[in-house]
Amino acid sequence: MAKVFIPFQLRKFTNGVPEVDVPAATLRELVDELENLYPGIKDRLVKDDKLRPGLSAVVGYVATRQGLRQKLDPDVEVHFVPAVSGG
Amino acid sequence: MVETFEPKSDYRVIGSRPVRHDGFDKVTGRAIYGADVKLPGLIWGALARSPHAHAIVKSIDTSEAEKTPGVLGVITSKDMPETEDKMIDLGEGDENPRWTSNRLMASTKVIYRGHPVAAVAAADRYVAEEAAKKVKVEYEILPVHNDVDSALANQAEIIIDGMVGNDLGEEVKNTNMATHERYDFGDVNKAFKDAAYIEENTYTMQMVHQGYIEPQNATAFWDEEDRVKVWTSTQGAFTARTALANLLQLDVSRIKVTPCEIGGGFGGKIPVYLEPIAALLSKKTGRPVKMVMERTAVFETTGPTPGGKVWVKIGADNNGKLIAAESKIWFEAGCNPGSMIGPAAQCIYAPYDIPNTRIDSYDVVVNKPKVAPYRAPGSPQVAYAMESAVDDLCDKAGWDSMEFRINNASTQGTRRGDGVRFSVIGTKDVLSATKSSNHWNSDLGTAPEGKVRGRGISNGYWFNIGLKSSVNLNVNNDGTVTLIEGSTDIGGSRASISMQAAEALGIPAEDVRPSIVDTDSVGYTDVTGGSRTTYATGFAAWKAANNLVDELKGRVAMLWSEGTGEFGKDDVTFESGVFWSKAEPQKSISFKELAGKLDNLGGPAISTGSVDLESAGDGFGMHIADIEVDRATGKTDVIRYTAVQDVGKAIHPSYVEGQMQGGAVQGIGWALNEEYYMQDEGGMANSSFLDYRMPTSLDLPEIETVIVEIPTPLHPYGVRGVGEVPICPPLAAIGNAIKDALGVRLTDLPMNPGKIIEALKK
Repeated sequence: MAKVFIPFQLRKFTNGVPEVDVPAATLRELVDELENLYPGIKDRLVKDDKLRPGLSAVVGYVATRQGLRQKLDPDVEVHFVPAVSGG
Repeated sequence: MVETFEPKSDYRVIGSRPVRHDGFDKVTGRAIYGADVKLPGLIWGALARSPHAHAIVKSIDTSEAEKTPGVLGVITSKDMPETEDKMIDLGEGDENPRWTSNRLMASTKVIYRGHPVAAVAAADRYVAEEAAKKVKVEYEILPVHNDVDSALANQAEIIIDGMVGNDLGEEVKNTNMATHERYDFGDVNKAFKDAAYIEENTYTMQMVHQGYIEPQNATAFWDEEDRVKVWTSTQGAFTARTALANLLQLDVSRIKVTPCEIGGGFGGKIPVYLEPIAALLSKKTGRPVKMVMERTAVFETTGPTPGGKVWVKIGADNNGKLIAAESKIWFEAGCNPGSMIGPAAQCIYAPYDIPNTRIDSYDVVVNKPKVAPYRAPGSPQVAYAMESAVDDLCDKAGWDSMEFRINNASTQGTRRGDGVRFSVIGTKDVLSATKSSNHWNSDLGTAPEGKVRGRGISNGYWFNIGLKSSVNLNVNNDGTVTLIEGSTDIGGSRASISMQAAEALGIPAEDVRPSIVDTDSVGYTDVTGGSRTTYATGFAAWKAANNLVDELKGRVAMLWSEGTGEFGKDDVTFESGVFWSKAEPQKSISFKELAGKLDNLGGPAISTGSVDLESAGDGFGMHIADIEVDRATGKTDVIRYTAVQDVGKAIHPSYVEGQMQGGAVQGIGWALNEEYYMQDEGGMANSSFLDYRMPTSLDLPEIETVIVEIPTPLHPYGVRGVGEVPICPPLAAIGNAIKDALGVRLTDLPMNPGKIIEALKK
């Protein structure tokens, strides 16, 4: 089960729940399962089959570059955070 | 899964200090910068800019400009292609092309002073500039909002008509607040109730500019087949290409961007400003068009870093353990949304392990230039607040601030403010190195009469990023290797990237010849920014070098087989620049020797390496500042300064030290002098280097450096990235030193003589 941390801005979909355990082998499965649990949330995370512009998924310690194809280890933490660039 | 690497220490090239490959061209003036570009038939472009920071454009009359002898074309917003009103991903940040288009050429409204309203092309630069002055615009002046409080007031004039704000996920109309985000972990309210000591304060700061010496420039030619060539000073040729494709409504393959040498960027040369205008003037006139900004325009119309305010509250238990932190961050986005509230929130608590945290951050549109990245965008402002609060908490409780920082330092597994856990990090190692440094263990000395001295310290943090890079390698028959890359060289990255290829190939760094090429000539490469270039493009170079070794093993097998096929490439090993037979250890050939034989062994040997990397290794630094304040004049002099930083692995220590020193100096300028001094009616009052006071070498002592190397497992050589961390600590380090000297906490940047005098009066 991946542990998903729900961004505060999306907790209206989860009735305020901040963390959810989701059975998923990939990020795509995780997002789909979130949508099953909390209808409407997927549209805020994904657009055109990709993470929304400006959004990054951190899986474990690292911000994935695999997009929705990212594999998930059991018990891994998943965070959706602003994508970071730099100067 | 993410590939990881074991650290090594026995390098031949990594860690040495070869002369940079572009050194002679730079010091002799032979290097070609954007303003040096010359093309047959070249003409010049100039912009007509708004003198108002906020006004409705009622009409634009370009007829007088068009009649000016020598003028070849004039464009206005009507010539800008229709663009989509949606966010797009530029690979390094996202933006709304319609807003960008309107920002580069106003249509119905101007929203910052200097906002272009028309552009003129003429055979001569000065004719173009004079003609631009003849563009007549009728304005209806609107109230100006220079700061977040003004822009968020109840009756504030809406700056972007139709902008829908996002307030914790809810849409908000008729607002200047683009975004309000929150991060919330643990039970902050309960933790504050349990805290034995609490410190809170609000810290304010103004916009500051990157202050690069070379102004923005662009030369563009739009040909008969709708192909556009652009020469420009940019930190990211491919990012510029993507932005241009969206603004000009062309496929990326129709645009070729050539990155010229760059006279500084620090993040400010990631966005495009003149490039699309020069391209459209070229389309209108059929001639190549060059545009170069004046310094005033650089200050007033290109992106500085946000000003704003940061409220922070922290609480600790009786044992000196931080147990709660809460903060609110308001950043000025400038005239379009997109300040760095996300990174600011992610960075603010990073040096500490705090179990209960909350952050609210607000992105606020104001009538100033749209902000752009500047070294660790968002992090210095929040480090100033947090690190000042930490010192004040320690003062209140009677704790040693160095020991407090060590006892509360983040480690592997600690959550940042956004909840993400750290991997292998060097926070404690940096603090330990600082504590044992010569500077920390030296006395402050005695101040001359009328002056007082103080010492301050501060942490700093930046993520360092990965993203996409590409490198091509070609073997020359003299044993050298040409390295083709797409990363603009700002701080010596030709050397640091070449050295990583040289290490893998077992040849000297000088035998790798780097070239930075246009967007048609190498694979996609993200910007030189985010402290990613030595990390990611270096990784691509390492990968290309290993692919080249693999290719060359086949050639060695061909050589030793003499057509018999008895050697395969799996029978060949490679170590330190020499190919060996596994079966016959006396049989070997050097890289250089092999390079001279390739003509009869399959021809040219080439390789490529490309990467799209996850997070780089997080970077932490700590600075020590000794200052001396003149109580009569309020002038602060830095008398000793040391920057300590975990860089993972220093590929070229001289350039690592240079980055640490440069970042520290920029941060010192931010702390003591630099600010956008705004007029009530909008626009800067100090848009020149005479009045916008940046530190020079005469103002500062040698910046001492201590390099800490905790290799990240994410990179073959352990590189973390260097360039951004060192601008984060100076603001609070200086502020804490001033408090140490005067006993007064200054909470408004810059801490210039006037503010010190005022504080002393109180």
